[in-house]
Amino acid sequence: MAELNETLIPVVGVITDVRIDTPDIKTFRVVTPEGKKPFDHRPGQCAMLSIPGVGEAMFSITSSPTNTEFMEFSIKKCGCVTQWLHAAEAGQMVTVRGPYGKPFPVDDVFAGHDLLFIAGGVGLAPLRSVINYCRHHRDRYGKIDIVYGSRSKEDLLDYQEIVNEWQNDENVHVHLTIDREQADWDGHVGFVPNYVKELGFDTNKVAVLCGPPIMIKFTLEGLCALGFDKTQIYTTLELRMKCGVGKCGRCNVGAKYVCKDGPVFRCDELDELPGEY
Amino acid sequence: MLKCNLSQLDNLFAAVAEAMPLYLPTQGKNGANYTKWQAGAVWSNTCNTQKGPKDLFFPQSEDLMAFKTQGKTIEIIDTRNEAEDFAVFGVRACDVKSLEILDRVFLSEPKDSYYASRREHGIIISLACNRPTENCFCGSFGIDASSPNGDVTCWLTEDALYLRGNTEKGEKFMALAAPFVTECDDTAAEAQKEKIQKIMARLPLADLKTDAFGGGKTEEFFNSPQWAKLSESCLGCGTCTFVCPTCQCYDIRDYKTNDGVVRYRCWDSCMYSEFTRMAHGNNRNSQKERFRQRFMHKLVYFPENNDGVFSCVGCGRCLAKCPISMNIVKVMKALEGEQNG
Amino acid sequence: MQTVNTQTLIERASALLQDGTVSAVLGWKRGEFDYDMTPAVFTTAEELAAGFVYNDFCGANLSKYLLKKTREIQGKILVFLKPCDTYSFNQLLTEHRIHRENAYVIGVPCSGMADIHSIRKITGEGIARVELTEGGLLVHTLYDDAPVAVSYEDAMADRCKTCKSKKHVAYDELLGEEGDVLDSHRFDEVAKLEAMTPDERFAFWQGELSRCIRCNACRDVCPACTCEKCVFDNPDSGVENKAPGGDFEEKMFHIIRAFHVAGRCTDCGECSRVCPQDIPLHLLNRKFISDINKTYGEYQAGETADQRPPLVNFTQNDPEPSDVVKGGHDHA
Repeated sequence: MAELNETLIPVVGVITDVRIDTPDIKTFRVVTPEGKKPFDHRPGQCAMLSIPGVGEAMFSITSSPTNTEFMEFSIKKCGCVTQWLHAAEAGQMVTVRGPYGKPFPVDDVFAGHDLLFIAGGVGLAPLRSVINYCRHHRDRYGKIDIVYGSRSKEDLLDYQEIVNEWQNDENVHVHLTIDREQADWDGHVGFVPNYVKELGFDTNKVAVLCGPPIMIKFTLEGLCALGFDKTQIYTTLELRMKCGVGKCGRCNVGAKYVCKDGPVFRCDELDELPGEY
Repeated sequence: MLKCNLSQLDNLFAAVAEAMPLYLPTQGKNGANYTKWQAGAVWSNTCNTQKGPKDLFFPQSEDLMAFKTQGKTIEIIDTRNEAEDFAVFGVRACDVKSLEILDRVFLSEPKDSYYASRREHGIIISLACNRPTENCFCGSFGIDASSPNGDVTCWLTEDALYLRGNTEKGEKFMALAAPFVTECDDTAAEAQKEKIQKIMARLPLADLKTDAFGGGKTEEFFNSPQWAKLSESCLGCGTCTFVCPTCQCYDIRDYKTNDGVVRYRCWDSCMYSEFTRMAHGNNRNSQKERFRQRFMHKLVYFPENNDGVFSCVGCGRCLAKCPISMNIVKVMKALEGEQNG
Repeated sequence: MQTVNTQTLIERASALLQDGTVSAVLGWKRGEFDYDMTPAVFTTAEELAAGFVYNDFCGANLSKYLLKKTREIQGKILVFLKPCDTYSFNQLLTEHRIHRENAYVIGVPCSGMADIHSIRKITGEGIARVELTEGGLLVHTLYDDAPVAVSYEDAMADRCKTCKSKKHVAYDELLGEEGDVLDSHRFDEVAKLEAMTPDERFAFWQGELSRCIRCNACRDVCPACTCEKCVFDNPDSGVENKAPGGDFEEKMFHIIRAFHVAGRCTDCGECSRVCPQDIPLHLLNRKFISDINKTYGEYQAGETADQRPPLVNFTQNDPEPSDVVKGGHDHA
């Protein structure tokens, strides 16, 4: 039976680096014990991480598929598994399985278009892989706008990468905002949905939204007010998962399973689903 | 068609059990259930077993793998065993069909190797229902209780068991049965079939219709005002899901042993309040939402993803077992009644 | 056969709805067959006429539903309670779990409830119709032309065979006559357990509890299990579980539950009624009641709504439980 592949059985991963991103988000770099990337993935896909005896949970893979050296996960401390991970140091082994889910349509729908990425808080985590993928294949896409907001400057994820890399890219425009004024911040202050409206994008592009449900709701309304059609807007859903392959029965919204039919959904597809997410 | 005189049946069971584990319904304190045959066991022809044969393919609780942990290191141990052939005798048409429904979940890619292995090695010997109960409504789901699928199909008359091999796996069983059977034509089995069909036609739930349900009906039923009434007195226990032969939701959990960690899976229930709970919220907070999920899944979502096949086989166990006597028949009638207005 | 019929209850409930005394009625609703009643809320006379029923198959104890209903209702909810249900009601009041002012209790007499499983054991499977007559139940099966006569006694649920009381201990109004507390011999079953050797007793419970499928129906129906969040449902408790990692855990679940309801369990028997695996769970609780009686003096939970349960009522004269009740192996 050993020859029968079993998706529920993970492989061992080693945390080789822990980066403190914000007061409650850390980014973990994971490789196999042989020092390789555990498996290939597409932008937006997820993986199950576990610590035996603690639990297993689904996380989006935040590193770009174009990175063939390692995998990264930006994880916010909120539950049992994440608390344990936040206490882990480099050298700690974990288990990892995947990739799971439907990726962003980067090679067909996105190709040749201007792109608008909008994220709030830890919502940048799943977008980082697709942003870096598009930056890597820069010639395939038009202008890239990134609107990213968080509670405070300290809560901005991947801040160094944004400032040192993204902002220096040609034809990539990063628009940062934080919720409240603070001393060392001379950028925009205000919530993401309002900032998007202020920036007033033209509608000839594909938009990708990721963040807390309330931010998604108002940003989506804002984009539609700007003239965007829901077929141009993508987002991701997050529900409780155990198997990752549509069998354990808990992450469905209507007839769709977030783990295998998502986590990426086009916003008009969401309208077809019952409002149970 | 082969015939086994009832006086020879125990010998047949003994011969099969000699070659491979044989499971069949026997009477226990709480009614008939599948148990492993051993000398002296008395097969029960009661319709139906308290729980279906689901446990034999997807046990309530099973170990998936083990881990050895030391300091920062983890070693993963594949604890899967090569399953041996086994036979399950006396499986009713509804329960045979329930396995086909579980197949759609567990054998779709990526295959669940634990289930797949048992399914590959399990020989299903089905049996037509001579005495269906008032709770039976398999006919509503297109199931013919007089002629079940399976690797071998059997019919029981007053003096004999008639057997028909359907598959290569079934032939393995037929070979073991060979010393106790004789060739015969299908007159007796056909007569029995006819008798059963007449009984099926006059069961109290025989006219329960499924036409109103199926894929693409989410919008039609999801916001029905009936859900509040139907779920009003639901206790939120897991009885219906655990006795259901098609319910397949599971949880994966770890437990610590003296020298490591075992990861196991166990049946879970969409009726449980924690089923969809995440660290930062729960998308089904009320029992109404959880209750609705169970029936929408069986009557709408599952057929939408599975060529119109419902995730219910009309076995009637939820009718017999629900502590408050709420069940899929009452749900279907209420929803359909509303639709017809 | 019940002495008060459906029509009497419907008329009274309709009148109370009509004059505004209550805004809803909690009772039992007719099912697909003659025996599968579902607890339900009715808000109009028409709904009552169409579905309300009270007969020998209305075993469900409605008191626990008041937990939620008396908190969310505008006005009062009428609830029909059988004698043993009123003990649960009082116990819930004792524990401040229901809003008394939002409940209007009508006591209904009960001559013991029938249990369809007991009936099936006599008639076999395939019950087409059950007629309730003066002399007994007439059960029409799907197969035999002649109906099977079953006496009320034979049809009765086990818990009703050892009924502790026909007396309503709480009500706003009573239908029928006031009953008495009975000498039920219900502790005879406990005595049988106590007469076993520890090994026999262990084997007995092992046999019974090994059938448990952890559906939690016993807990969910139990009027004494009213925690907002059960420890076994709490992922942060460390003991949250749905199925056992080993067969020891089911036993622990039931033993812990029995300890938790000890002194509060009124012996209503709902746990055993709902168990899909036919485990006599009430025996665990009844053993505790018996031990408490022996240790601290006779005590019936729910007898009144203002008594202090012995297990939360320490006095310096309390004996050591181990001096009163011997259990397990003698290690001396």
